[in-house]
Amino acid sequence: MTVTIFVPRDAAALAVGADKVARAIATQIEIRGLDARIVRNGSRGMFWLEPLVEVSTERGRVAYGQVKASDVEDLFDAGFLSGSDHPLCLGLTEEIPFLRQQTRLTFARCGITDPLSLDDYRHFEGLKGLEKVVKMAPLDIVREVTDSGLRGRGGAGFPTGIKWKTVLDAAGPQKYIVCNADEGDSATFADRMIMEGDPFVLIEGMAISGIATGATKGYVYIRSEYPHAIAVMRQAVELARKAGILGATVLGSAHAFDMEIRSGAGAYVCGEETSLLNSLEGKRGIVRAKPPLPALQGFLGQPTVVNNVMSLASVPVIMDRGAAFYRDFGMGRSRGTIPIQIAGNVKHGGLYETAFGLSLGEIVDRIGGGTATGRPVKAVQVGGPLGAYFPRALFDTPFDYEAFAARDGLIGHAGITVFDDTVDMLKQARFAMEFCAVESCGKCTPCRIGSTRGVETADRIMAGIEPEKNKALLADLCNTMKFGSLCALGGFTPYPVMSAMNHFPEDFAPVPMVEAAE
Amino acid sequence: MNMRMSAGGLTERSLEIIRELKDLEGPMLPILHAIQDEFGHVPEEVKPLIASELNLSRAEVHGVVTFYHDFRAAPAGRHVLKLCRAEACQAMGSDQLGDRARQFLGIDFHQTTLDGAVTLEPVFCLGLCACAPAAMLDGEVYGRVDEHCLSDIVAEARR
Ligand SMILES: Cc1cc2nc3c(=O)[nH]c(=O)nc-3n(C[C@H](O)[C@H](O)[C@H](O)COP(=O)(O)O)c2cc1C
Ligand code: SF4
Ligand code: FES
Repeated sequence: MTVTIFVPRDAAALAVGADKVARAIATQIEIRGLDARIVRNGSRGMFWLEPLVEVSTERGRVAYGQVKASDVEDLFDAGFLSGSDHPLCLGLTEEIPFLRQQTRLTFARCGITDPLSLDDYRHFEGLKGLEKVVKMAPLDIVREVTDSGLRGRGGAGFPTGIKWKTVLDAAGPQKYIVCNADEGDSATFADRMIMEGDPFVLIEGMAISGIATGATKGYVYIRSEYPHAIAVMRQAVELARKAGILGATVLGSAHAFDMEIRSGAGAYVCGEETSLLNSLEGKRGIVRAKPPLPALQGFLGQPTVVNNVMSLASVPVIMDRGAAFYRDFGMGRSRGTIPIQIAGNVKHGGLYETAFGLSLGEIVDRIGGGTATGRPVKAVQVGGPLGAYFPRALFDTPFDYEAFAARDGLIGHAGITVFDDTVDMLKQARFAMEFCAVESCGKCTPCRIGSTRGVETADRIMAGIEPEKNKALLADLCNTMKFGSLCALGGFTPYPVMSAMNHFPEDFAPVPMVEAAE
Repeated sequence: MNMRMSAGGLTERSLEIIRELKDLEGPMLPILHAIQDEFGHVPEEVKPLIASELNLSRAEVHGVVTFYHDFRAAPAGRHVLKLCRAEACQAMGSDQLGDRARQFLGIDFHQTTLDGAVTLEPVFCLGLCACAPAAMLDGEVYGRVDEHCLSDIVAEARR
């Protein structure tokens, strides 16, 4: 029987040599005249083990990692096609604790299937949600999503069902579904992984969203830094069209839905939904004042759902298994699962999908395994460049929207960056201001000018110039930005700055003057 | 990229691209990407063509082009090396790596080596944050980039 070998095509796997490994494996199959085939799957999300190669055996899939091209011959010699032991062997993939302990709902297929195989997709429960939906009334679909408790995964945590209801109720000649795949936050890659590893689930989610709200056209706005995701999504849309999942009659029903993939152009602020809509329309990515809500006047002035990739990709499983199934996971008002992305200076970096509610400490220390350098963890930034820095003293914070807000932080898109004790928090605060200055859309003065002043002020603190006065000035600037900015770029940049200053005051203390002995 | 394309050729090819895409909803970014793919940058002469085809003012087109980090006013070097400067990569030493890259190439960020081989650019996250620090040479991605790997990438680009 043909043995299947899986070598991921995920960009992060490619970045550490997966293509070379795949070529070396193909060569060995050829030389040895073996009956084996290579499938380029998505990533399982255990990035510290990439390239992670799997072999399907009677016992299940056996994993090997990190595999280098130079290991491949040796692996074949050891008989890895039958899943035999080897120093790189990690045992059954599903038994690796990092994976076994997860609750994979949105990522159920990612890393398991060939991303562009619709047969695989169907075989692993794909399209079941959409098959139900084509027979349902729009209001019932919206109610199911509302009942599931799903909140937008793009950062703001707004209830998805309520947004859809607004669009359903809005009148307009043409409504739109716009998927926000701008994923600009550092330490986030969940959207990228799903687009590269299970693109049909996003297509299915968008089609469901279209049928639920009466929108017949969808756009996925993908950042240009993700060329692999753009390519896979384009291919997947073509395949879905050919298979009748998209088009004039979705799955043979009376519903029409089609979609297009668009590339961003390297502007972080275009992740903000109204800036994104301007960009999609071909304008400068300036943030629009709300109201009007995009749900009422969005793309080209028409009613528009703007949802994050994760929000949309979580809908198929909700429609398939029911609202109650999904809602039963989680805590408080944070229902369902969240794909936590653990990155930076961490031993076990990767994607960990789990119910809301784990403590930050469990995530960083137990799941992440502490730092990659082996030094103590000093700080973790949660929620990307607009998220707060947390010290170890706050590691008991549960992963939940409200709990993070109560501690002057945010979950955002659920990315966590780990730093060891060599990090200089004043430098991080300065970077937050610098990033805001580079990426500001320029509409409001506190954001545009305040961020540049913030950089200068941080520089003066660094140089030991009137530190107390300049710390007060920095706090004052943050206050102005927080309350005088139209969107969260200017409004939330104070989170990383103030958290760095409040939790790590020692890094903002005047540097002892070194006598100029040299 | 055809650097020696005549002015007439440039106009003709640009109009072809613009006309092929102008019926999209929101055609501007797709057009600009296609123009840049074709010519390596967005030539000044193309802006009025886009403006008249899309019924916009030249200033509007210029405004859009300059808003986005991706669009270039002049061609880049033969290769573009992007180093990630965002937080997860910082946590794994991207600042030092950036310093090394500048040394290796003898240029700063946003500059091109004198031989026209490499343009060095910062990028804020490539989504490879669990394999930091990350880089991209043209379309190729690199993770866990150390000094050794960086010098290989630079050598590759210089060839
Ligand atoms: C500066 C800025 C950047 C943002 N970037 C993203 C992004 O990359 N992806 C995203 O889904 N939402 C991003 N958002 C949030 C969006 O504005 C919006 O809330 C989201 O797309 C709504 O989708 P959801 O309800 O499914 O989360 C950003 C917001 C701001 C202020
Ligand atoms: S806060 Fe900054 S990015 Fe947001 S609208 Fe104002 S200027 Fe633009
Ligand atoms: S922070 Fe560097 S790749 Fe994401």
